[in-house]
Amino acid sequence: MDLDALTGCLASSACLVTQTTSGFIIGMLLFLVAVGLTLIFGVLKVVNFSHGAFYMFGAYFAMTAYQLTGSFALAMLCGAAGTAILGLVFERGFMSRVYGADVLMQLLVCYAFVLIFDDVVRMIWGPEFKSMGMPAAFQVAPLFIAGGVVPPYYLLLIGVALAAAAVLGLGLARTRIGKVIRAAAHNPGMVSALGINTGLIYGGVFALGGMLAGLAGALAAPVRSLTPGMGFSVLIESFIVTVIGGMGSILGALIGALLIGMIRSFGSLGFPLFTEGLMYLFMVIVLVSRPTGLFGKEVA
Amino acid sequence: MTRTRKPGVSRRATLAMMGAGAVTFATPWVARAQAKTIKVGMPTILSGRVAQLGTSSRNGVTLEVEKVNAAGGLAGRQIEMVIRDSKGQPQEAARVARELVNTDGCEILIDAEASSGAFAVHEVARDLGVLCIHTNSETSSLTADPKQHIPNAFRTARQGVHDSIVGGSYAAAIAKAKGLKKWATCSPDYAYGRDTTGEYVTYLKRFAPDVEIISESWPKLFQPDYTEVVTKILQAKPQALYSCLWGGDLTSYIDQANIYALFSQMEVFAVNMADYTALTVVKNLPKGIHSGNRYIKTYPATPENAAWGDAYKAKYNEYPTNWSWENATAIMLLAEASKKANSADGKKIAEALRGLKIKSPFGADGTVTMRAEDQTLVGYAIGWGTTIPQEPYVPQVQAGDWKTVFELEAEWKKSKGYT
Repeated sequence: MDLDALTGCLASSACLVTQTTSGFIIGMLLFLVAVGLTLIFGVLKVVNFSHGAFYMFGAYFAMTAYQLTGSFALAMLCGAAGTAILGLVFERGFMSRVYGADVLMQLLVCYAFVLIFDDVVRMIWGPEFKSMGMPAAFQVAPLFIAGGVVPPYYLLLIGVALAAAAVLGLGLARTRIGKVIRAAAHNPGMVSALGINTGLIYGGVFALGGMLAGLAGALAAPVRSLTPGMGFSVLIESFIVTVIGGMGSILGALIGALLIGMIRSFGSLGFPLFTEGLMYLFMVIVLVSRPTGLFGKEVA
Repeated sequence: MTRTRKPGVSRRATLAMMGAGAVTFATPWVARAQAKTIKVGMPTILSGRVAQLGTSSRNGVTLEVEKVNAAGGLAGRQIEMVIRDSKGQPQEAARVARELVNTDGCEILIDAEASSGAFAVHEVARDLGVLCIHTNSETSSLTADPKQHIPNAFRTARQGVHDSIVGGSYAAAIAKAKGLKKWATCSPDYAYGRDTTGEYVTYLKRFAPDVEIISESWPKLFQPDYTEVVTKILQAKPQALYSCLWGGDLTSYIDQANIYALFSQMEVFAVNMADYTALTVVKNLPKGIHSGNRYIKTYPATPENAAWGDAYKAKYNEYPTNWSWENATAIMLLAEASKKANSADGKKIAEALRGLKIKSPFGADGTVTMRAEDQTLVGYAIGWGTTIPQEPYVPQVQAGDWKTVFELEAEWKKSKGYT
């Protein structure tokens, strides 16, 4: 425990800027993965344990596209679009067959696919770790704001994640398709009776969830080493975010992700050997005081 | 009176069958010893973030086994490698090692595990009594601590304390010349990371007593995100940073630290940087990182080392790693020990290994020695230099002095209560 470092940081604008930005970066990447997870749970009532694999595929798709084209924008697009297609195929081919099944059965099917997806990545890209590398446009000196260090690439990452959150939130609240998705989440039978194809909605929501995780993977690819199985640790932290925010709540996923990001960022200064533990401790405190999570009653 | 013979198996035949059965079941080693091939089991990490190093261990072994087999094998018996994936998990490494001996009939183990798994395999070797050569674990205590010692286990890997003595004295000279007094450390949170960092700091302070460690970071092994670690180091504003991160963790860290321009704000000493696995994977390799040599074909600067690196590249289309030479050395030593003992028996090879000195492309003076007292490798080339982003990556390497290493290592062992 190093409380002097923590209080010293809180009294320094430079440190506050650097650590808050760091918290945002960690949080927004987590948000993109967790929001897909919570969306799928909110609408399909499935705990998609294989969700981390979409993050992994997003990173590998982006790396391959970047190697082939040299275009960062195309790499991001391929990461997101590729995992959207993969999500749709996965949902229609397999997950749709276990809707309504026992939760244990759903978990087992998902876990089987975690292992299968890891092996597929191993077969296609090899078992060794890969590095995409930072695009030349972002190989620039970091910005210094109030003495704090802020890398331009991370500003882009935060911006893209916030934009995704805004589009998703407004889309679900204001558009017709958003209303249909919310209606399908509350009463799929009624939606079906109105002549709306619920299978299409389910497939679309799963693809959207996969796409968001894939986008997170693509955004992470320039700064994280790529390896089969890389989605697992992200999945665990995303579950924590989802549970803290409240299963099914998009706003909850956003707030939960930012809280975890800040806990990790500032916790590494004040509690360097207990940063992980701090995250789990926070989850326990939230669940004990509010078992449905911070925004558990709000359902997408 | 006539005796009638009962139908069925005679008493003599029954006794003969029982005897044969007893021999077969009670002494499987007889059957093994007479087998033409000798199976050598190798648990290593073939999946996950450090799979590239595990694969390079397998390649290093395979390259040498082919040479040994072409020359007649171990005392006339061809080596058959049985290589299994431990996934980098200690419990899996121990299970695989046990299975390799008990089920697959392996008579020798090459323990190509990181330190996280090597201690688990060491206990299996202790239990089964099989000849075991640790090839990748660099945690000094594995062979330095007498409590760990077993007569059937050897090590052909570097040791953290050797690296730290050479690295500490190299860094101290730079610290004194450039006035680097405030230092930070960032190393993985497990045996190798903790031990090696502690040893490095000990020798850095010994040679440069003004040095002060103002920040320590211990990210967990295979952590995906180092952002909070990078910003913590930036906050501390050290003048220099030491790290023994390695493999995919090191490349991830470099990619993330690069965009914070960390490498331009302090001198960085990363012991595991100068290995092709990191040098070639990192896309934007920073210039001027100080590193110990891991495997580079230009150090030691001898035709033998360059030829070995080129032969490996010709076969596998990539350069070897630090783990490649450490594993290749295990096979080179096995072959020489078997010749000396004129036997492929594990116990006889173990006897021959103690104190064995062989010619080696990786030796500081062209040879390496399996030191008898702690059954660990000494005399391999250790040096430090700074990186450039293209070949030869570390153009000038300052050689470590083994005389100093031996003196300070003996002191270190004494301070630890190991002697």
